[in-house]
Order: sequence, then structure tokens, then C-alpha cells
Amino acid sequence: MRQNTFIRLLITLLLLVVSAYIVLPTPKPDFVKNLVFWQEVRGRDLQIKQGLDLKGGLQVLLASNLPGGAQPTPEQMESARRIIEDRVNGLGVAEPIIQQQGEDRILVELPGVTDRNLAIDLIKQTGQLEFVDAGFNPLPEGTLISTTYSLYGGLLFPNTLPTGKPIDESLHAGNQVYKTAFTGDILESATPGLDSLGRNVVNFTIKPQFQEDFRRYTGEKLNQAMCIVLDQRVISCPTIRAVLSADGSISGNFTRDGANNLALVLSYGSLPVPLTIETTRDIGATLGADSIRRSLVAGAIALIGMIVFMITRYRLPGVLSAFTLVFFMLVSLALFVLIPVTLTLPGIAGFLLSVATAVDANVLIFERFREELRGGRTMRAAVEAAFQRAWPSIRDSNISTLITCAILFVFGNTFGASAVRGFAITLSLGIIVSLFSSMFVTRTLMRITFSEQAETIEARRAVLLGV
Amino acid sequence: MFNLFRIVENRRYYFILSLLVILPGVLAMIYNVITLPTHTPWRLSVDFLPGNRFEVKFTQPVSEDQIRSVFQSFGITNPAITRLGDPAENIWQVRTVFIEGERAQEIRDALAKVAPLDANSTQIQSVSPAVASQVTQAAIIAVVVATVAILLFIWWSFRKADHAFRYSICAIAALIHDILIAAGITAIFSALFNWEIDALFLTAMLTVLGFSIQDTIVVYDRIRENLTRRRGESFESIVTRSLLETLNRSLTTSLINIIVLTALLLFGGASIKQFVAVLLIGMISGTYSSIFVAVPLVVAWFERDLWGTKQRVPQAAIAGK
Repeated sequence: MRQNTFIRLLITLLLLVVSAYIVLPTPKPDFVKNLVFWQEVRGRDLQIKQGLDLKGGLQVLLASNLPGGAQPTPEQMESARRIIEDRVNGLGVAEPIIQQQGEDRILVELPGVTDRNLAIDLIKQTGQLEFVDAGFNPLPEGTLISTTYSLYGGLLFPNTLPTGKPIDESLHAGNQVYKTAFTGDILESATPGLDSLGRNVVNFTIKPQFQEDFRRYTGEKLNQAMCIVLDQRVISCPTIRAVLSADGSISGNFTRDGANNLALVLSYGSLPVPLTIETTRDIGATLGADSIRRSLVAGAIALIGMIVFMITRYRLPGVLSAFTLVFFMLVSLALFVLIPVTLTLPGIAGFLLSVATAVDANVLIFERFREELRGGRTMRAAVEAAFQRAWPSIRDSNISTLITCAILFVFGNTFGASAVRGFAITLSLGIIVSLFSSMFVTRTLMRITFSEQAETIEARRAVLLGV
Repeated sequence: MFNLFRIVENRRYYFILSLLVILPGVLAMIYNVITLPTHTPWRLSVDFLPGNRFEVKFTQPVSEDQIRSVFQSFGITNPAITRLGDPAENIWQVRTVFIEGERAQEIRDALAKVAPLDANSTQIQSVSPAVASQVTQAAIIAVVVATVAILLFIWWSFRKADHAFRYSICAIAALIHDILIAAGITAIFSALFNWEIDALFLTAMLTVLGFSIQDTIVVYDRIRENLTRRRGESFESIVTRSLLETLNRSLTTSLINIIVLTALLLFGGASIKQFVAVLLIGMISGTYSSIFVAVPLVVAWFERDLWGTKQRVPQAAIAGK
């Protein structure tokens, strides 16, 4: 065996063993799990992540609902996404997915959750937070009010509508419109704490760029009420007792839980963009369990069918391709675990199609190999020629499939069809692994077999090669 | 005597066969556009339509009228109610106009009063009109972009051959052929068996597109190789030789794909059956079209003779290009 071929064989076996270790459901020590440092700490369990359709759960698509249909900025959407992620993590759901979809949507997937009210809670608790000027009459908690921000999207005493028309407050006679002083994004942080008398309070800090405004406002409105309003509902109505700029605290007759919850709303409820639930989908778990079992059976049958077919048709090379196929599947699955790729039903379909592509690459090579043998080349020369000649076809056809995958990926991302995206991800990963397994692994195996055992094979050519 | 292997000379028969498969599909699409309330070539699923889909499993037998009266009590006058699966399973599907999330929940609770529900097998899906129009838009853009990208890719990868653009265009023609066959047969099933197309149908169409091109490229690649290796031969003979040389591979790969997809179709989850069936049709069509449509069309273009019925041009004239 040439040294080069030997190193190739070592690399192949090493990859095979590592992938098998990752994929097989053996218990793994913590230091191994922590090697995948790019994954979130919570999810580092080295298991294949199952999508919602396999596991069952709740899918919620949230859409931005800015006053006047304005388009949110990417920064606003990203921070809204992060806030919802924090909130979902606070709910203790295992392996949630919170992704931005398109320019103004956020997809939330909560595996194992079947309670639709949770989704509604999620949106309620992440609603639009406002600080509203209530003058000298603090409003009772729970009051539903109209505010200038919710009606006109305006802040800090707007006197005109976006259309330029002046606001006529008499239109709301008997149904007062309160002036929005600030929205939730002025807050840097909010934490529950105790004051010097041991009472429960909420301490907050203001972002530097708003501190001057906040100081001016609290100076002007000293001893007046500033209500904290979430989705137009008053949740607390403290009175301004001092001129504040960088930080302050809210006191009241809070219980410990009450202060905790208020702090949570202040930190996570301060969404930069108002969101509404656009769609929710419940996916039954039994449906999923059945799908997994069926797809595993289907996959096993397909694999056996392919291997039997390859061996019947190509004999000895067919046996080698069976090894390549197993290598291909283990490495692909290991990649799904490592990246990690969340596996969905269409994802499994994409993976199985990439298996077919991997077999196709071997078919192209073996057909060439036979042609070259019939053309009178020696076995060793035929192996090299087969790979060299099959390469342009394999390369070009796989590139075209990768182009399609890239377009599917973008397409799936645009409108929140995670199913379509899952298909594109597994198919494209599979194609890349199949390129490696056919051009590297199959080649190494063919070289070893047909240089070490050339005489033996030549002697039984009809049986072993079918040529 | 009709010789099966004279693919290029007998191209008219293969073209006619393709048309015979495409035509009923196109007619079914037209029929659907006329008869369906949405005026679309296929029956659309909730993915494309603003509306709700309730799938409910009762633990006791209920009648269609009982379900209908629940929806009518919520002011939904024309719900489409169908029984799913075996009657003994008590699974029903109800399609309605768009319903707000909380009201849908109330309807579900009202249904549970008719007969207890199996919570694990009961689901409600809703899609608002905003998503639906985006789906359709994104689909059309994806198809156009994918087609143009592949057209450019083939043009580029055949840049050394004469008239590389012709190969590109014929590959796209084969692709349209495959899409038409897969979409047409889906339309037939849509008319006959009430198949609904969902977001997965688009995935299937785009996959058919990818695999159609993949097959065509393998055959083209052999032509490209033989053009440089066999300069003395006529174009038609080089093409026929290339087709026959790649025939083994095309059939083998096709068979393997059929094995994979049939296993998925027979044993895979019910939710992907329709998807796999469309892929299977598209994949078979893709293999067929690369051999019997794309390549004969290239020859037809070079010979300026679509049906292959003209007096044969002296072959040297073509070979000497």
C-alpha cells in the first residue's frame, strides 16, 4: 500500500469511528459534550434535534404591527427576537426555536407544548410597554386606556397626526387619550430589590441616550403620576417623587412575586416593535411519533434495497459502495448533531434524496470503471481513469442541485416555511458529504482493493466484477 | 422497422409521447381553473389560503350535521367537512374561512361538548391572508430565479462547446417538460381525488427541477467529452453514442431513486406521501426527458429539423462545424 493511500484510509476510519461515536446513542461524558462550544449550553446533549412535526408542539408566527404599517429596522427585529427568546427560556420550554423570518416576522416553535394559551401569554407578556403621563390622578391598576402612541404612533406630546392634521382631543370626549411620555426601549435594565426599609421595590436604569430626556420629564412632572402601561393596560401607576436621570426605583405595596413580575415585564416586555400573533399551529405528538417510526422503517428498507441492488449489479465494487454508504450516512448524521440541524419530516426526505445522490456518484464511477476495463485497461489504470472521467459529471450535477438548494433555503426563510428550509439544509449537507465520500472514500477503497488484490480479482473477474 | 436505440432519429415519437402525457395534465389544470372556487390549477391547501383547518378526533361517533351545527352557531355558514381515514376512527377535517385564534379555541371547546376529543390527534391550523400571498410570491420568484441560475450555470459550464446557449435552452425545455408533467399529474389527482397542494408541493417542484437538471447535465457532459475525443464523427452520431453510453447509468440511478422513493411512499409517514408521489413522477420524467427530450432537441436545433423528418443533410457538413 502506498503511504498516501494509507493516510487516506486512516482519515476515513478515524472519521467513521468519531461519527459513529457521535451518532450512536451511548451516554457521553460532560467534557465531550462541552467540546461543541458553538452550541448553546442548554442544548449541548449531542443528540439529533427533532423538529416540531416529529416531536409535537406549538408553532407561533408573530408579525410586527407598527402603527401606520411602518417597516421595522433589522436591529429592532433582532432585539425583539432576543427578548422573546429570553421570555421563552424563562418559561422553561426545552429546545425552543426563535427565528426571524423575512423582514418583519418572528417564528417561535415550542416543542412539547400543547397549551395554546401559552402562546397568547407569550404575546401578552411581550407587548408594547409605555410610560404614560397621568397627571395628578393615578389610574387604578388594570384600567384599559388609549394613549397617543397606540393611536398615532407618536411620542412626547405629539400635537399633530402623521398626516399633518392637528389632534383634536375633543374627539375623545369622555374617553381621554393619555399622552405617552416614553416607550419601553428607554430602559437599560430592571431588577427586583429591597429598599432601606426592607420593602420590595423594582430598581431600573435608563439608557444613556435617554437620560437627559428622562431628567427633564421627571423634573417637569414632579409629584405627578407616571403609569406603566402594557398593551394599553395600566399595570402600575407610581408617582414621580424625585428628579431622575440614570436610575431610580419603583416602590409600592409589592409582594416579592409582584416586584419580580414587574421587573420581568419591564425588562422583557419592553419590545422595540409591537407584535401580533399571525398564525398558530398545534401539531399532535402522536402523529409525530408515528411519523418517526414509519420514516425510520422506510429509511432502513430503502438502504437495504439500495445495497442489495448495488451488490447485484456491480459485485465487488458494490460491496465497497455499501461501506461508503454507511460512512456517508454516519458522517451526515454526525454533522446534523454537531451543527446542529433540527430534523423535520421534509428534512428526512431531503437526507434520503441525498443518499440517492451519493449512490448515483458511485454508479457513475462504477459504470466508467466497467467501460475502461472493457476498453482493455489494467485494473489499476481503470480505477484512476474512472474517477478522473466521472468527476466532471458528478461535479456539475451536484453544483446544479446545490444551486437549487440555496434558492430553496432563501425561499423557505422568506415566508417562515421551516419545512422547506429543513429540506434544503439536509439535502445540501448530504450532497457535500456525498462528494467527499465518493471522491475520497470510494477512491481509497478502490485503490487498496484493486492494487493489493489485482491478481486474485483478475482470476475471478467474471464473478467479482461481472465484466 | 422502428429501432428503439435510434433515439435521435426517431425523436418525433418520443416528443409525441411526452405531449400525450403533458396534454391531459394541462387540460386538468384548465378544468380546475374553471371549476374550483379559487380559480387555480390545483386545489389549494390552507398554506395558500387565508383560513383555518380543524382536524379533530372524537372518542365517540358523531355525525356531519352535529359538527356543522357547531360551526354555524359561531356564524360560519359553509364549513367544508370531510371524514378522514376509517369511519371507526372518528377523525374529521373541517375547512373554514379565517378565524381569530381565540375564537378557534372556543369552537374547539364547543366541539368537545358534542363528544369528547382525543387531544393528541386534534389540531387547528390557521393562515392569515398576509402569509398566503407571500407564499405565492416567493414561490414564483424561487422558480424564476432557480431557472435563470441553472440556465447561466449550464451556459458557463459548456462555454467551450459550439452554441453553448442551445444546450442551456434545451435543458430548460426539458425542465419545463418535467415540471409540466409533475404539476399536470398533480392537477389530475387534484380533480379526481381532491389532492390539495401545500408548501411541500413547492419543495417537490423545486426538487424535480434540481434532479431534472442533474440528469440532463450528466448526459450533456458525455456529449461534451465525446465532442473533443471524436472529432471526425457526425454530430448526430456523437450524440447517439453519448446517450447510449450514459443509458446504463441513467437507468441504474433512476432505479435506485425509485427504490428510495417507493420505500418512502409505502412505509413513510402519511404526511409526506403526496410529496413523495410528486417527486417520484418528476424523477421518472426527469430521467426520460434528459434522454428523450433535452438531447434530441439540441440535435433538432443544430439540424433545424424539429421532427427529424427532413432529408438528411450530408453529415460531414455538420461534423465540420
